Amino acid sequence: MDLRYTTDEIKFRDEIREFFRTALPAPIRRKMELGQRLSKEDTVTWQRILNAKGWAVPSWPVEWGGTDWGPVKTFIFKEEMQLAPAPDPLSFNVSMVGPVLIAFGTDEQKHHFLPRVANLDYWFCQGFSEPGAGSDLASLRTSAQRDGDHFVVNGQKIWTSRAHHADWMFCLVRTRSEGKPQTGISYLLIEVKTPGLTIRPIHTIDGEHHCNEVFFDNVRVPVENIVGEENKGWSYAKYLLGHERVGIARIGIAKYRIQRAKALAAEVMVGDTPLSQTERFREKVAAIEIELKALEITQMRVVANAVHLPPGAPDPTSSILKLKGTELQQATTEILMEVAGAHAMIRQPEHLWGTATEPSIGPEWAATSAADYFYTRAASIYGGSNEIQKNVIAKRILGL
Amino acid sequence: MDFDFSDEQRMLKDSVGQLITDRYDFEHRKKYMKEPAGYSRAQWEQYAEMGLLGLPFDEQYGGTGYADGGPVETMIVMEAFGRGLVLEPYFATVILGGGLVNLGGNNAQRAAILPKIADGSLLMAFAHSEVQSRYDLADVATTAKRDADGWILDGEKSFVVHGNCADTLVVSARIAGERSSRDGIALFLVDAKAPGVSRDSYETQDGIRAARINLAGVKARSNDSLGDPGKALPLIERVTDMALTAVAAEAVGAMSAAHEITLDYLRTRKQFGVAIGSFQVLQHRAVDILVSLEQARSMVYYATMMVNDPEPAERSKAVSAATVQIRRSGKFIGQQVVQLHGGIGMTLEYKIGHYFKRLTAMESLLGDTDHHLAAVARAGGLIEAHL
Repeated sequence: MDLRYTTDEIKFRDEIREFFRTALPAPIRRKMELGQRLSKEDTVTWQRILNAKGWAVPSWPVEWGGTDWGPVKTFIFKEEMQLAPAPDPLSFNVSMVGPVLIAFGTDEQKHHFLPRVANLDYWFCQGFSEPGAGSDLASLRTSAQRDGDHFVVNGQKIWTSRAHHADWMFCLVRTRSEGKPQTGISYLLIEVKTPGLTIRPIHTIDGEHHCNEVFFDNVRVPVENIVGEENKGWSYAKYLLGHERVGIARIGIAKYRIQRAKALAAEVMVGDTPLSQTERFREKVAAIEIELKALEITQMRVVANAVHLPPGAPDPTSSILKLKGTELQQATTEILMEVAGAHAMIRQPEHLWGTATEPSIGPEWAATSAADYFYTRAASIYGGSNEIQKNVIAKRILGL
Repeated sequence: MDFDFSDEQRMLKDSVGQLITDRYDFEHRKKYMKEPAGYSRAQWEQYAEMGLLGLPFDEQYGGTGYADGGPVETMIVMEAFGRGLVLEPYFATVILGGGLVNLGGNNAQRAAILPKIADGSLLMAFAHSEVQSRYDLADVATTAKRDADGWILDGEKSFVVHGNCADTLVVSARIAGERSSRDGIALFLVDAKAPGVSRDSYETQDGIRAARINLAGVKARSNDSLGDPGKALPLIERVTDMALTAVAAEAVGAMSAAHEITLDYLRTRKQFGVAIGSFQVLQHRAVDILVSLEQARSMVYYATMMVNDPEPAERSKAVSAATVQIRRSGKFIGQQVVQLHGGIGMTLEYKIGHYFKRLTAMESLLGDTDHHLAAVARAGGLIEAHL
């Protein structure tokens, strides 16, 4: 048992760190540092830089452009990327539709989609949630009826993140209404520009447009765009649960926020004392740092254990990482907002977008802190709310 | 990075685990508590036979001879002991007393003491904490004054774990400086039956024995001092960090046993015609316990990795950070396992309450949560400020 990185792992980390230092375009780095919103072009630019280096999809098999790093190095890579701070590659592409296609797609689908998914030539969004199907996802009702060489899709999806940027959607649709709800669902790839598909923005509590409603009115999808077998879509979607083990806790981002909160708190005065020197602040931050350290080691335990599991086998412990990880994401955005003080409450969206021509009222970093705080409340809701995660842990780990 | 135990470590885990399963169930433990010294002499001899009592020491002193003193092995043993709520004076004798002699003693002192600890014939205790000192390791009011042949010790040690049965005490005393000064503290080996030593034995809330020890004109020879008189605090701090790490592993053992007992209860206890574990509110509570336990276990690994760090400030900060997590998890889990058991959690006749009591006692051992959180904060935290 040795919790330290090996010499080889440290060499790898330094190599990665150096790459991020030099390859990340300065304007993107600046936006990341200030907590500003990235444009579609920013995300595409960065993913293509990574892809050119061969690092856009490190968890994929080598034959599809992945790496042979294994879990520990992949973890190091993700942590360094978050600390850089560089944007995450688009998770819908890299962690969701890609792995499903690799596991269940046809050869034609793999050859067509995977290179484009990795290079972000195709931007995918996720069509899962519906107005009546949130935590109870299997009750989804958007239907796909076979009509010759097409499925005809009707219904509505909601909370579809960044659908307004997307070229494609991977979508769960109902292809059979008899039997258990889980057994009548199929996994379709739908081109967003198909006639009958309309997108309407939803503004979230940070004031921004991340999410959308998507409506399907007789949208015709070629049958070759079904992934795997008809009515087996639920198992393909579930395949991803617990599949993403490495980096799920997003330790790097939380660490980065703590680094910043501590540095910024040194610039904020409370009377004659920098906020960073007050006992209350120091102990509050130390308490978060301790939980974060514990989570980091829990994450490493899961990563190290992955070596002993067959590739792709789910590890239910990753639900613990999601649970605690999101709590700490939220705690760290909260502390940054508290450092900003009342300045955080001044709504200055142009500073969030990086398009301001006038200086901000209060420090520039303060102008983004509330938006981050508000938006990060979603972290414990999306991808299976924390309450659903607890149901999963109770059933699968505790056997209750 | 590697979290796997070696084959030897796995064998140790299996053999100690088996011993606790076979010989330390709740009924056995109740019997052991009724023995004169409040623990099982037969168990102690068994530990000696298995080599556990010499685990941190060199082979030349009858020990196992791990190059690094065996922090991972100590963790394995302490976790198993935590599961069984073990009563024997392992912590006092091997970790504290043995640790102080092993790291602070000269070769003659090591040769005189460590082999006897290892073979089970000598019990030790660390007489340090005083009624006014709370968690300040430097707060020592007991005095040692020079006389012709050595030192004369006067003072009172209020909380000496297993001081009731120790043969040899390590006594801290001040030879110079103000009451909380870092300089001027000495450690002496004192025979517990020496003239001037008197002890009042008592039981702690968790069923462990301890003593208040009074020292009235107790003589210590010059060569009974561990290390340079007046310079003992760094040694005390180092061994305290080792002790906190050991007790963290013990706490995680107790937490995981309490968690398992509670899961069994949730699966078998029926109300409203169904197992109470089918209720979502109780399922979520059980998950909260699991998360808290896993976080604590991770921090035991962290402390175990850092406890030999050559930089004392880094070592202590890491151990304090781990201690904060362990204490918080211990408090939460201890309280919740009683709650989830309902009435049965309140009776002394059932084991779960005893886990709660032991976890509670460990919360204030060598500094409580607030004490260690303040220490981490004072040391600048775990993550460096960076823009």
